Amino acid sequence: MRSTQWAVIGGGIVGAAIAYGLARAGEKPLLLDEGDVAHRAARGNLGNVWVQGKGAALPPYADLSRRAANDWAAFAEELEKVTDIDVHFRRPGAFFLCFSPEELEKRGAMMARLNDAATVKSRFEVLEGDELRRRLPAAGPALAGAIFSPDDGTANPLRLLRALIQGTVALGGEYLPCRRAENITFTGNGVEIATAMGSVRAERVVLAAGLGNARLAPLLGLDAPVRPVRGQILVTEKVRPFLDCGTNFVRQTVEGGCVFGESSEEAGFDEGTTLPVLRETAARAVAAFPLLRHVQVVRAWGALRIMSPDGAPIYQQTQDGRAFLVSVHSGVTLSSFHAGPLVETLMGEGFSTPAYHPFSPERFHVQAA
Amino acid sequence: MFRRLETGARGRVTVNVDGRPVEMEEGANLAAALLEAGFSPFRTTPASGAPREPYCMMGVCFDCLAIVDNVPNRQTCLERVRAGMTVEIQDGAAAVAKAEEEL
Ligand code: FES
Repeated sequence: MRSTQWAVIGGGIVGAAIAYGLARAGEKPLLLDEGDVAHRAARGNLGNVWVQGKGAALPPYADLSRRAANDWAAFAEELEKVTDIDVHFRRPGAFFLCFSPEELEKRGAMMARLNDAATVKSRFEVLEGDELRRRLPAAGPALAGAIFSPDDGTANPLRLLRALIQGTVALGGEYLPCRRAENITFTGNGVEIATAMGSVRAERVVLAAGLGNARLAPLLGLDAPVRPVRGQILVTEKVRPFLDCGTNFVRQTVEGGCVFGESSEEAGFDEGTTLPVLRETAARAVAAFPLLRHVQVVRAWGALRIMSPDGAPIYQQTQDGRAFLVSVHSGVTLSSFHAGPLVETLMGEGFSTPAYHPFSPERFHVQAA
Repeated sequence: MFRRLETGARGRVTVNVDGRPVEMEEGANLAAALLEAGFSPFRTTPASGAPREPYCMMGVCFDCLAIVDNVPNRQTCLERVRAGMTVEIQDGAAAVAKAEEEL
C-alpha cells in the first residue's frame, strides 16, 4: 500500500493547483485522478480569470477573487519557469456586454454596491453604446453598452492543467491517474483511500474532486452541497486577432479561435449539447460581434460547473485536521490562491482561522427561528 | 507518389490552384486531387507557422485546410472538385474581415 503525508483527490485544476502548492512547499503529495470518463470542468471551461461581479452575495468571495487575479501574473510566470509551459495568461481587462440600457444600469449599480462592500477594490467603468464601440470596434449596434474592468484576464485552461500537473511532478509530487476514490475511511492517524488500483494511506487528505465531492465529503463527516450546472460552449476556426480584451461570454484565444458560451442549465450529469441553446448562444455572439457571422464553428460541447447553493466556494475541514474540502466553480481564477495562500493555511492553522469562516458550508444551514 | 486506382470515368475540369490553372477530374476528392497536382503545403498553422498537408483524409484532423472559393479554412478532404473553383494556401489564421468583405 502506498502511504504518504498528503493526498489530494481530484486531478482537475483545483486539485492540481493544491498539489502543486504542496510540492512547492516541500511536501511530496500524491495527486489521485479519475480516468478519462471523469466529468472535467477543467477541460470544458472558457478560461476566464474573472473578477467582475463575483461575490455580489458574499463580499469575502469578491476579495478572494480579486486577490487571486492580482496574484495571477506572478503565478503564470512561476509556472512557466518550473514547467516551460506558457499558460497564455493575459490581463487586458474585460467587458461585460449588456444588450439593454436597463441591464447596463442594473449591472453598474450592482458593481458599485459590490465595490463598497469589498475590501480589495476593483476599478470599473460604465460605457454607453457609442463609447463601447469606440473602444471595441468589433462591437455591434445591438449592444447597449458594457461594464469594463481592467482587472479581468484570461488563461488557457488546458495549458494551465498540464502545467500544474507537470509542475507537481517536477517539484517532487506524484500524479496517479485511474485512481477514482471509491471509499475513504479514517484509520490510525490518517485516512485510507480505496481505489481500483489499490489503496493509498495518507496522513492528510484534500477533497478536490469537483462534483465528486458531494459523494466523498459525507464519508469523512464533511459537507459539499454541490450540483452540476451545465454550460454549452462553441469554438470557432482560428481567425486573426480582432478582440484583444475579454468579454463575459466571448473571448478570442491567443491562437485565434473564438470561444463563446454563457448558458446555465440544470441538466443533471448530461454533458451533451442541444440545438436551441447552441443556436441562441451563436445568435448572441453574432449580435455582439457581427463579424463572427462568417466565422465557422468547429466544435461545440457541454461542461458541468460545480455549483454551490450561493455560487461561492466551500472550504471546510474536519476538527482534527485530517481531511480538507475544497469545492469551487472558479478553479481557473482561484488557482493562484489555491496554490499559494490556501496551501499555507492547510499546512498551518487550517480552515478554522477566521478568514475562512465565510466559506464554511454552515452558511447553508438556516436555523429555525 | 500518388497513383490513381480508377481512371477516366468522369470528365476533366479546370481548377484555379494558387493562381495557375490545373486540370482535375470532376467530382474527385479535392484534397486527393490537390496532392496529385503537387499543391504543397495546404496551409501553415496559426500557432507556430508550421506547414501542413492532409493527414486523416476523413474530416477530423483539420490539416488539409485551404481557402476554397474565397472561404478560408475549408477542409479540402470534404470537398469535391467542381469546374472553375479556386484554391489558395491557407496561410496562418484567416482574416475575419476578408470573409466579411467578400461574402
Ligand atoms: S485531412 Fe484531416 S480533416 Fe482533412
